[in-house]
Parts: sequence; C-alpha cells; structure tokens
Amino acid sequence: MGTLGFEWTVALRFLREGRMQTALIIGGAAVGVGVIYFITAVLVGVQSDLIRRVTGAQAHIVLKPPEETVAPLVAATADAPRLASVQARPQRLTTIDGWTTLARQTETTEGVVAVAAVATGAALAIKGNASRSIVVLGTDLNQYMRVVRLDDKLTQGVLRLEPGEALIGVELARDLGAVLGDRFRVQSAENASQVFQIRGLLDLGSRELNRRNVYVDLRGAQSLLNIPGRITNLDIAVGDIMRAEQIAARLRAQSGQLVESWIQTNNQVFAAINNQNIMTLLIRVFVTVVVALGIASVLVVSVVQKRKEIGILRAIGATRAQMLRVFLLQGAMVGIAGALVGSALGLALVGIFSRVLRSASGTPLFTLHFDANLIGIFVIASALLGLIAAVLPARNAADLDPAQAIRG
Amino acid sequence: MTQEGNSADTPLVALAQVRKTYNEGLPNAEEVLHGIDLSVRRGEFAALIGPSGSGKSTLLNILGLLERASGGVYRLGGQDVTGLDDDERTHARHSTLGFIFQFHHLLPAFSALENVMLPALIGRKRAAAQSPAANGIGESASRARAAALLDAVDLHDAYNKKPGELSGGMQQRVAIARSLVLGPQLVLADEPTGNLDTRSSDNIFELLRRFNSEQGTAFIVVTHDPRLAARCDRIIELVDGRIAGDRRNRARTAG
Ligand SMILES: Nc1ncnc2c1ncn2[C@@H]1O[C@H](COP(=O)(O)OP(=O)(O)OP(=O)(O)O)[C@@H](O)[C@H]1O
Ligand SMILES: [Mg+2]
Repeated sequence: MGTLGFEWTVALRFLREGRMQTALIIGGAAVGVGVIYFITAVLVGVQSDLIRRVTGAQAHIVLKPPEETVAPLVAATADAPRLASVQARPQRLTTIDGWTTLARQTETTEGVVAVAAVATGAALAIKGNASRSIVVLGTDLNQYMRVVRLDDKLTQGVLRLEPGEALIGVELARDLGAVLGDRFRVQSAENASQVFQIRGLLDLGSRELNRRNVYVDLRGAQSLLNIPGRITNLDIAVGDIMRAEQIAARLRAQSGQLVESWIQTNNQVFAAINNQNIMTLLIRVFVTVVVALGIASVLVVSVVQKRKEIGILRAIGATRAQMLRVFLLQGAMVGIAGALVGSALGLALVGIFSRVLRSASGTPLFTLHFDANLIGIFVIASALLGLIAAVLPARNAADLDPAQAIRG
Repeated sequence: MTQEGNSADTPLVALAQVRKTYNEGLPNAEEVLHGIDLSVRRGEFAALIGPSGSGKSTLLNILGLLERASGGVYRLGGQDVTGLDDDERTHARHSTLGFIFQFHHLLPAFSALENVMLPALIGRKRAAAQSPAANGIGESASRARAAALLDAVDLHDAYNKKPGELSGGMQQRVAIARSLVLGPQLVLADEPTGNLDTRSSDNIFELLRRFNSEQGTAFIVVTHDPRLAARCDRIIELVDGRIAGDRRNRARTAG
C-alpha cells in the first residue's frame, strides 16, 4: 500500500480483485468511446467533403439589392402575352448604392470573416465562330479569394487578374476551343464589349459552373455591364458555415438588402447534414447511456459481492463518505481507462476505414490524425460519466448497515 | 459515584437500561434485549456467555457502536454516545474500539500486513487533520507497528500472504493484530474461536490474555466454550435478553 489515501488504495484493489468484471466494463466503455470517436471522424469527413463540394465556388452568403419587381399591371392587361414578348429584353441590372459603407459595416458584423465586392451579369463569350453565354464576375482577386478559394481550383496558369485578363472554367475553354494565353471577346447585354486574355483555367467543381463563370477585374466588368463605380453584390464568407443563415438574417435586417445564404440555396444539402447531425447525436446519446448503465450495473453487482468487506471496513472505522468515494473512484477510473483504450480503438478504426471509405471524387473521406484534444475531452467526459454511473452503487455501499453485513 | 472526566474511576463501558427491539414499529417487532445494566472497567477481561439467540451478538454490536440501542443510555469512556450520529459513532469506533469476528473477516485482496495496516490507513487523513504534529500514524510508522503485531502473533513469515493462503487460526491471528493496531481501549470479540480446533482456540485465547495484561486493553469475549470462559476474569451470562449472572472468576482474580 503506497502513500495513496485509503479511498484510492481500496478502489484500486477492488478493481484488481474483480479482474474479469473490471476488464469487461473497461471493454464496454472502450467500445462505446471507440464508436463515438469513429462516427465523429466519419461525420466530420463526410460533411466537410460535402460542404466543400457544395459551397466550393460559391460564397457562404451573397448580399444583393432587392429585385425590381416587374409591374403586375402588365400581367393584368388583356394582351399580356404580347406585352411579355415585347418586354423580353434583359432586365436592367440593379446595383447597390453606397456599397463601400455597406461592405465595411458587413465586415464588422459578428460571424463574418471576409467580404468581396462583385459586379456580375450575363454576357456572351465569342471566339471565332464559337459563342457561349456566360456570367461575368468582376472582382478584386485578392479580396475575392478570402471569400472563395480559387487556388485549389486552378488547373492551369496563374491566379492573376490585371485589366484585360480573365480566369475561365475548363469547360468553357473547351467549348470556345481556347487554350491558356488565348484571347476572346466578351459582349454584354448592354452592347459593350472587351477582349480578355485567358490567364488561368479553373475547375469549379461542377460542369455548370465550369461552362459559365468568367472572372475578370472589377473595372472591366463594371464597364462591360455599364455600371461604372457600382457593384451588383457583396460576396461574404463566415466562420461557422452552419450558422450562415442566422448571420444572413442579421445582415438582412441591418442592410435592408436581399441576403441569401448557401443554406437557402442548398436547402436539401443543409437538411441532409442536419439530419445526419441529429442521427449521430442520438447514436452518441444512446451509446453513452448504454456505457453508463454497463458501468453502473457491474458496480451494483460488485457492491453486493463485497457486502461483507464493506461491512468490515465500516466496522474498523471507515465512514460512509469514505465508502462512497471508494466506489465513485472506481467508476471514474473505469471511465478513464475505457476512454484511453477506446480512443486507441477509434484511431485504429479510422486508420482502417480511411483506406476503404472514399468520397465520390476518390479522395479519402477522412484522414487519420491524432487529436490529443479530442482524446482529452473523451477522458474527462468518460471519467465524469463513470462517476455519475457510480453514484447509485456508491450510495448502496455507503448505506450498507455494517452490523447486518457482518452477521452474514 | 462516577464522575465524568475522572478517567481512572470512570467505567470504560456503562450501560443503563439498554433495550433493543428489531423491526421497531413493524408487526414483527421483537425486543431481544430487555433493559441491560452493565459496567466494564478499563483493562477488564470479560466473557459473555449464554444460549444461542440470547442476544450476545446484539449486545456486542451495541457496545461496538455498530447498532443503536432502542432505549437506555450508553456511556463509553465517560462520554454519552447514545445519540451520536453515524460519523461520530464511526470515529469513536475507530479511535477506541477493536473488533474480532468469528469468521475472521479479513479483506481477501490485501496481504496480511496490509490488512493489519488498514485501520491506520483509514484514519491517516483524519489524524493529520486533527493534529498535524501527530504524524506518527504515517505510512512507515503504521507499517512498523503492524509488523510488530504480526510478529507478536507469531506470523513473521506471513506478512505478504493473502488471507486465502492462511489457515483459519492464522487468519484469526491476523484479525487480532488488526484489532489492536491502533491501541484500542476495548476489543470486542464475537466467538473468536468459534470455528477453530481446540489447539488453535487455546493459542488464540492465550494471545488475547497476553495483550490484555501487556497493554491493558479491555476485552469482552463471546464464547460458547465453558473451558475458555473459565479463563476470564469475569463471566457475564445472558439469558433471553437479560443478564442472568455476572460473577468474578475467583481463580483468576486470586492469581
Ligand atoms: N437483524 C435482525 N432482525 C431481527 N431479528 C434479529 C436480528 N438480529 C438478531 N435478531 C434476533 O435477535 C435475537 C438475538 O440474536 P443474537 O444474534 O444477538 O443472539 P446470540 O446470542 O448472538 O446467538 P448465537 O449464540 O446463536 O450467536 C435472536 O432471536 C435473533 O433471531
Ligand atoms: Mg451471536
């Protein structure tokens, strides 16, 4: 018996004495912790992959001026179809007034990490005989890259947007029969046109975007779209993308503009992620409850088995509180041991399955990395869980009448 | 006649009209001790005899503060302990009483030496809290004292043996060492030789007598063996929950 106190000494000795039971509850707790570790890793992997693909080339939040509603008067007239066809010219671009102030105000809003001013509109890309309808996005590249990463999407060329330069999607380049360094003409609905040189090709993650997006400098886009000095939207990045909608709501209220989050535009994806989160939370709660019940039931049995020993300890001077602590400590120690073994188990599972489970694009869904913080959290949480699970058995031990226990 | 605080004259144990009813308030309530008056002096060596079911173990448990009396007054070392709460009773047990049971009752997961050290381990923090200077009850001191007691009960070679590896007589000697390790004023022994053969019984009894005379520890020993009762200073006889006889053993007192 070392210099540990009475409670530690007896708790350790009881655990060692019931070697089989101790191994079983530690094993049970370890499986629980391992499963939670594993599904957490899978969940984080799957979701970040999904979110990366969904939000890849798109800002978390886009702030636009309110759309000018087409007067319902037109629809009310008898010869509406004809009027509608007459009116078929593109709607005039709406722009944001006083956008520099608004950008600054947005940037300081809680949750927002970056803001980029964008002038965007429809246009035609023309090269030789080929012409394609495109979306021109004019922006300051450095500012924009803090909102949407482009560096990981560049397949060829450089990320640079001097006046007269453009970054285009790989599909568009193929459609136009253009290669890096080629020039092509952009003609806008406002009948302005300008020639750009292709400085980089981008893979934006979807065929649609690769066929459509043309990034140019802000001024170039402004003159093409005939909105000199003005912009059509603010693209916004947030810290926690699951909170994008709350942040969008706040921006909506404070700016009076039309504010859309990625959650609104990808409602189904968000719902799927949310459902996944709820399901995994449920699994975690159930696993936790099962582990706690396992620890509690083994300790309850242990108290019954050790009735006589508890009685002797009480007779020779151990207080109720001391007996209580002996069993609480056993619960906590089992929890800690279970968390350590379980973390090793979880790491092993992640290691094995990171080779097996891959995303659609072929990259591993999650990577094996030793997260000391996560293991620390597991150890603390598991110790607390063991402690809570031990409350009932420990109280049984403390409430034991020593005279009865000794009589047999 | 007895004055509190006068430790030399105060009886170690004084029971006045102590009653015990089991299942109090229930239809099967049963009074098993009916008004016991008893006084035991310091250093006394008394036998408690009586037929089975007469209440000997019950009386011993009340004296040992393991059970509460249903009525009457119990003074231990001059202090009224009748109304103490569970913690106070536990502390009193720890500081002034020792127990020896019929079925040895050692902790199987601890070695002989560790079993003897347990009472000291239980109270180390308590002792340190009460007087920081009294660190004589530290790890090494209690180990030395436990070892000396095991030597005294002739178990020098069994320090590190687990109870399971020891014979019944040896286990009971470990239990005796444990009951004495904190220097109690009174040791309560409930049929300590109940399931030992005659030779081991004699051996155990000799040890108890020796500690009684060497250390002045008082003993109350429940026994069914008239031969052993005859070797005590005093014989208290319990019949049907009443004291039916209480006599000095002339042979012993004379000797
Ligand atoms: N916990 C209890 N609940 C109810 N009755 C009890 C309880 N403990 C003891 N008794 C009863 O009290 C009476 C006295 O029991 P006790 O064990 O004190 O006798 P004893 O003199 O020690 O007997 P023995 O020589 O057989 O050990 C018996 O009738 C017994 O049935
Ligand atoms: Mg008895």
